[in-house]
Amino acid sequence: MIAIVDYGMGNVASVKTAFERLGYEVIITDDPEQLRRASHLILPGVGSFQAAMEEIERRNLKELLQELAQVKPFLGICLGMQLLFTEGKEGGTTEGLALIPGTVERIDTPHILPHIGWNQLVISSDQPAFQSFQQKHVYFVHTFAAKTDPSYIVAKTNYGTEVTAIVRKGSIFGIQFHPEKSAEVGSEILQTFLKEVQ
Amino acid sequence: MIAKRIIPCLDVKDGKVVKGTNFVSLRELGDPVFMAKQYSESGADEIIFLDISATNEARNTIVEIVRDTARNVFVPFTVGGGVRTIDDVTRLLQAGADKVGMNSAAVANPDLITTAANRFGSQCIVVAIDAKKYPDGWHVMTHGGSKDTGIDAIEWAKEAESRGAGEILLTSVDTDGVKSGFDLPLTKAVVDVVRIPVIASGGVGHPDHFAEVFAHTDVSAGLAASIFHENTFSVEEVKRSCMEKGVNVREA
Repeated sequence: MIAIVDYGMGNVASVKTAFERLGYEVIITDDPEQLRRASHLILPGVGSFQAAMEEIERRNLKELLQELAQVKPFLGICLGMQLLFTEGKEGGTTEGLALIPGTVERIDTPHILPHIGWNQLVISSDQPAFQSFQQKHVYFVHTFAAKTDPSYIVAKTNYGTEVTAIVRKGSIFGIQFHPEKSAEVGSEILQTFLKEVQ
Repeated sequence: MIAKRIIPCLDVKDGKVVKGTNFVSLRELGDPVFMAKQYSESGADEIIFLDISATNEARNTIVEIVRDTARNVFVPFTVGGGVRTIDDVTRLLQAGADKVGMNSAAVANPDLITTAANRFGSQCIVVAIDAKKYPDGWHVMTHGGSKDTGIDAIEWAKEAESRGAGEILLTSVDTDGVKSGFDLPLTKAVVDVVRIPVIASGGVGHPDHFAEVFAHTDVSAGLAASIFHENTFSVEEVKRSCMEKGVNVREA
């Protein structure tokens, strides 16, 4: 059973549906026992980095998530992906879950922000499992993005500057765009994540 | 770079799509969720539902449609029409809409834009502007394009942005239904003064009209209803026309 971490940040019904479509049983919960029992953890989220970390701490989930990310497949989506990093720079500096080294900063681009819409993935050459998504369009909605070591980057996109789109450290994955809103390609990317962490 | 978006719009009245299409059987005709699914599977980059129900009771059905759409459609979708209060916005977003559109209510009470954007983020607040050309410029029209507010549409677009709108859905009352192409001067005038995405609407009669608006303005998306509903042209044909003319679109 896949558990979507419930910490009150945004509508997660679409993320739940996206995994159910792939044949998985999915629960949305903040109950430590259920999170421990889950096969995979999904951290979704929409909103601000600071508010999200405050809410995770208020629910006493920070240390639990850090612990579970070491022992089971973990996927952060959108804001949930940003929270995987060391710190966020949105509204001052806030400590993240620090599962992957890096910072989350406002995108430095001449184009309009937020970065909203269908943009193309540029897959890193050392990521064979994701090569079929080269140049595929996926749906982004964000203003901040992760800066991290290239060794963790699976995919980027171009928006007047390079924007981190998919990251991976072992069985911890982060997806900046919304796979649940990215039509068939989004669904295939979730399947690839599930296959890679088997 | 970000792809230009092709957006079919579905007019919903009392829970049913009111304009027909030929590509669905009679049984399925009028089911908004089914039609949204068809469009998303044929390459639509986004779907817009416009609720034109006349009564509050009928309008409640849109919430059910939104909930059902969120479970069955895997591209972003926007819901507009009859959005008057922050409670309306909340209800639609909680039901699973990605964005909510507001029109007349935002003109009557611009604070609605500010409140909604502060609470839910600009990315999900779309301000719809219906504009008509007058000797002194474009005016904002309400009540389905029939009532002149006297407000300058270009200034209103700027104000909507400063109040936190994340996107503008711009419909030309002059070209709407004429099928001779988008209103290029109006679209350009609005796109040039705001830093948020603009969706052009009104006037599509041929797939080439999309490539035309993308070539002449920096608009982010084009919307059409009847050419898709009447099955005159498909989303694929529109995208093919755009690709042939060098417009960056997501492959259908």
